Amino acid sequence: MALVPAITDLQELKNHPAVARLLDWNAEAVTGAKFDRDEMTIYVERDHIREACVVLKEDPACPFNFLSDVTCVDWYPSEPRFEVIYHLLSIPNKERVRLKVRLNSGSPVVESVTAVWPGANYFEREVFDLFGVRFTGHPYLRRLLMPEDWEGHPLRKDYPVEGYR
Amino acid sequence: MILNMGPQHPSTHGVLRVLLEIDGETVVRMMPDIGFLHTGIEKTCEAKFYQQVVPLTDRIDYLCPMTNNLCYVLAVEKLLGLEIPPKAQWLRVLLNELTRINSHLVWLGTHAMDIGALTVFLYCFREREEVLKIFEMASGQRMMTSYFRVGGIALEPPLGFFDRVREFAGYFPSKVDEYENLLTGNPIWAMRTKGVARMTAEDAIALGASGPTLRGSGVDFDLRRDMPYSSYEKFQFKVPVSQEGDVFARYMCRVQELRESIGIVRQALDGMPEGPIKADAPGVVLPDREKMKTQMEALIYHFKIITEGFAVPAGEVYQAVESPRGEMGYYVVSDGTAKPYRVHMRAACLANLQTLPKMCEGRLLADVVAAIGSIDIVLGEIDR
Repeated sequence: MALVPAITDLQELKNHPAVARLLDWNAEAVTGAKFDRDEMTIYVERDHIREACVVLKEDPACPFNFLSDVTCVDWYPSEPRFEVIYHLLSIPNKERVRLKVRLNSGSPVVESVTAVWPGANYFEREVFDLFGVRFTGHPYLRRLLMPEDWEGHPLRKDYPVEGYR
Repeated sequence: MILNMGPQHPSTHGVLRVLLEIDGETVVRMMPDIGFLHTGIEKTCEAKFYQQVVPLTDRIDYLCPMTNNLCYVLAVEKLLGLEIPPKAQWLRVLLNELTRINSHLVWLGTHAMDIGALTVFLYCFREREEVLKIFEMASGQRMMTSYFRVGGIALEPPLGFFDRVREFAGYFPSKVDEYENLLTGNPIWAMRTKGVARMTAEDAIALGASGPTLRGSGVDFDLRRDMPYSSYEKFQFKVPVSQEGDVFARYMCRVQELRESIGIVRQALDGMPEGPIKADAPGVVLPDREKMKTQMEALIYHFKIITEGFAVPAGEVYQAVESPRGEMGYYVVSDGTAKPYRVHMRAACLANLQTLPKMCEGRLLADVVAAIGSIDIVLGEIDR
């Protein structure tokens, strides 16, 4: 499949089920959307992410009932620095969508979605461990992969690949 | 009493530490502790070229190395927009299914051994030996094959490869009958696995479980059939689903998957198309050695790919495949250079591990061992 240029205009993409549902619910929460390489990405405001997840999970037409993944990308040194990414899957409709929340390096805090999908527990712990993004409302936000007394967040771009001796 | 089922334990299949709060023989609370096998593979990927990441992916889920390879190269090919020739796609399916058989044989052998059926372990590893010899024939390596490349397969399979696979596919179903003979109707097996570690479908979906862990609870979802990749839509196979949601249900799912996988291998052998094994993309795919030694352009491409890598257009892709454990996903972010900006592996087992406390709390201590075996845990994938 040859590459097609990405579509980033929110108006052109508003017919996609997930975009339409979110725009219906709260148009200010959606700051942008992108359709690239057959994948839909929706940019959501940080304060509305948990409710947006609830809306998508309970959408009767296309329920995104399965949380595939929660991860993060560090765009140091550009701001906003962190991008927390949620991959959702709708098992009945066999559709995927990606939600993205942009966070500044000054306050990398976002609300946890463990209340929506309990399966987000370990994924959010891993993001906290490796990137330092805090999730408010998480039942047990502690380091997952690194030892408990580790200092620093290894997957940030200002942490060297070889680590510190 | 708080009991530590430490990282070194014969039944945890890797370095999994489980903290158990028990009251007599009953488990009151259970908390897994992981991170003992964390080697920073995701960070290392950011320092390597795209083609250098392939051997790293083998070692993530070390029981199904080709599945990891497949997921990663599919993600990068999606980023590049490459068209993969049909023969490469069918070979990938064939090897992927042999890898699934390999992984399920290890699962069956170790799971049965934990519960006490020691003979099954040796029977399964006898068949696994033949599959490992087949992999060694194709790629030179028994386990960490790194046989797939961005754009196709590394090398043409040698003469005699397909005959050997056909011979294996001929006798393997009777071996699965042997394993079922030993276990499925066995009353001791039934007492240890039926009704143990039950999980409902809603819980499984909410916790992110996938693969046989999800299908054992009645949810009919398989990425190979429902969101096909690498020409899986051309193969006919059934997806085994069980309704009870206990250890026995997951066991039946996986044993039937062994039979379905060998069926797919036979279909792949019968219908293998002719053609090249690498895509037509000289800037990405290494040229044949003969061409490299005689043509100047091929030599230059070879040199540039090895020393500078190939630049991938900026963007991001999430590619998911059906690994023997569930949905394995690779999220690759590119910033336009020859090194990936971020590679994230969605490990099927990390989500499946979250179901373990739900399954085991309120049950006996001995059932914890059966439950850990039934979710088919591989710490390499969890910890990366």
